[in-house]
Amino acid sequence: MSERVISLTWMQTGQSGTVIQIQGGIGLVSRLTALGIRPGKRITKVSSMFIRGPVIIEMDRTQLAIGFGMANRVIVKLEETRR
Amino acid sequence: MKILLIGNPNVGKSVIFSRLTGVNVIASNYPGTTVGYTKGLMKLGGEKVEVIDVPGAYTLKPTSEAEEVARQMLESGDIVINVVNATNLERNLFLTLQLLERNIPVIVALNMWDDTKHRGIDIELDKLRQLLGVPVIPTVATTGEGIKELVRSIPRSISPEMPVRSRDERWVAIGSIIEQVQRVTHRHHTWFERLADASVKPLSGGIIALIVLVSAFFIVRLIGESLIGYAIEPQFENFWAPVILRLSSFLGGDGFLHHILIGKITGEKVNFVESFGLLTSGLYVPFAMVLPYIIAFYLMLGLLEDSGYLPRLAVLMDTVMHRLGLHGYAIIPTLLGLGCNVPAILATRILESNRERFIAAALISIAVPCAALQAMIFGLLGERGGQYVAIVYGTLFVVWVILGVILRYVARGFTPELLIEIPPYRLPQWRTVLQKLWMRVYSFLGEAIPIIFGAILVINLLDILGIFGAIANFTAPVVTGLLGLPKEAVVALLIGFLRKDVAVGMLAPLALTAKQLVVGSVVLAMSFPCIATFLVLLRELGMVGMLKTTGIMVVVALIVGGLLNAVF
Repeated sequence: MSERVISLTWMQTGQSGTVIQIQGGIGLVSRLTALGIRPGKRITKVSSMFIRGPVIIEMDRTQLAIGFGMANRVIVKLEETRR
Repeated sequence: MKILLIGNPNVGKSVIFSRLTGVNVIASNYPGTTVGYTKGLMKLGGEKVEVIDVPGAYTLKPTSEAEEVARQMLESGDIVINVVNATNLERNLFLTLQLLERNIPVIVALNMWDDTKHRGIDIELDKLRQLLGVPVIPTVATTGEGIKELVRSIPRSISPEMPVRSRDERWVAIGSIIEQVQRVTHRHHTWFERLADASVKPLSGGIIALIVLVSAFFIVRLIGESLIGYAIEPQFENFWAPVILRLSSFLGGDGFLHHILIGKITGEKVNFVESFGLLTSGLYVPFAMVLPYIIAFYLMLGLLEDSGYLPRLAVLMDTVMHRLGLHGYAIIPTLLGLGCNVPAILATRILESNRERFIAAALISIAVPCAALQAMIFGLLGERGGQYVAIVYGTLFVVWVILGVILRYVARGFTPELLIEIPPYRLPQWRTVLQKLWMRVYSFLGEAIPIIFGAILVINLLDILGIFGAIANFTAPVVTGLLGLPKEAVVALLIGFLRKDVAVGMLAPLALTAKQLVVGSVVLAMSFPCIATFLVLLRELGMVGMLKTTGIMVVVALIVGGLLNAVF
């Protein structure tokens, strides 16, 4: 059982995980944090658009759309998926 | 005394504001509807107090222009009503705690209270009140539930002056509050939520977007045409035309007053489009040609806004919009521009960077035709065949894309990435939709009709003074040589500065071919902005930005008009 740590953009649609880090400057961290995206939060990926389009996640029953570049800097520890 | 309504975006501040003050403001189901602030008055214990609807903010440490406005306004307030979305307490409490750390009395309105029940959220109010140290009133702004209680509790607002915390400490404190007051029971997705998910997935989302936009277009046309054909035109033909004919013969069928009031009529029939008198075209153009489409368009827009669909469209369009130097959210001001360019350019404030705002405002004022202009194009060009209308729209769309791509490379600055909250779908409430429709129709009537009358007056005076001929001869090389229009068409292009709808109407008596009408419509749509748009561009972009936009406009209009004339 290996824990997988990847960025939001690499998550599959429907996968859930816990945010562990935002790799960015103070500006990015404070923008994302203000919307509630911060280490420790459990998120689920709802979908993502083609060609480096935004990523849509669900968190606390709220959906957020995050541009590709920003989403790439949000690092998530994946939950084990039950099949 | 000043009461401020402060809270996260899209939590219902504007609806509460309307409830408190009776002042109607545009409220919609997407973050960023309120870009400026609105003031109103309410009675509180026999005293009149000022209430201010502040743009939404996630934090008092500004990360956007709207948040900067909110932070500045906070300095001038006496009491804060902190509007909180009860279904997302955790994130909303961040701003609440920031407010409670300040030396200002606060009262919390826990809005969307009705939603907590069917979302399986249980909040212990007394515990929350105790932990925050301020009154907490559950409200449902859209139905008015809890508003009286909120007003009654305003005098009990206090500042608990919580210790100032760092960001991380604040989140820890919030975590502990949530732990103590909130229980969430898991429940299954409703079909509404499944639909919500489908509309932000690339394939199903694209199909849904296409269906929504195409049906919106046809519904607007259906409503607009029905209103004209069944309700308004018969009134003009059956009741107003005889009055005009009688007045015409009373005035002797000629002379200065006849010219201005009735215009040119021949024989026993009144041509309301071409006669150009104040009482003929002056009433017919706004009421029988434009108003029906204004009503139809804003009804549809209101439904789309309140359903919560627009942010989803923004997400779907994001990749495309980045090619134009914008991000997806710019689709919202662009759609507003199809109604009127003025509120659309104001709405570009929801975009973060100056560059984005410049590109969006320029594209809207150049390539997005307002409802009044579109109504006239449909009215006049539609008779010649749908393909001509399609050419006008197609040309404008291509210009929108090409100009956007050019501006993306030319305009300085950066375009930030999309970062938005997607609200849940809601069934639009008829009361709010109709109220919003009425506000928009009312502002059309109040702002457009005086200018339409003024424009027609100016046209007639210039005509009587014989100035048109001189201008027409002077500009003939461009108008005739480049655009292939009769030289008199220049008058319409000039009047376009006052009102675009009247200007298109002026093309009617010139007996243009369909091709000439297409060129004329496109040039009118793109060239100089109407005076209202001109002023809002000046205010929002400053002198330099406005001059740049206007310059681009004139050049692009002439190039595209010339190309259309040469090619087809």
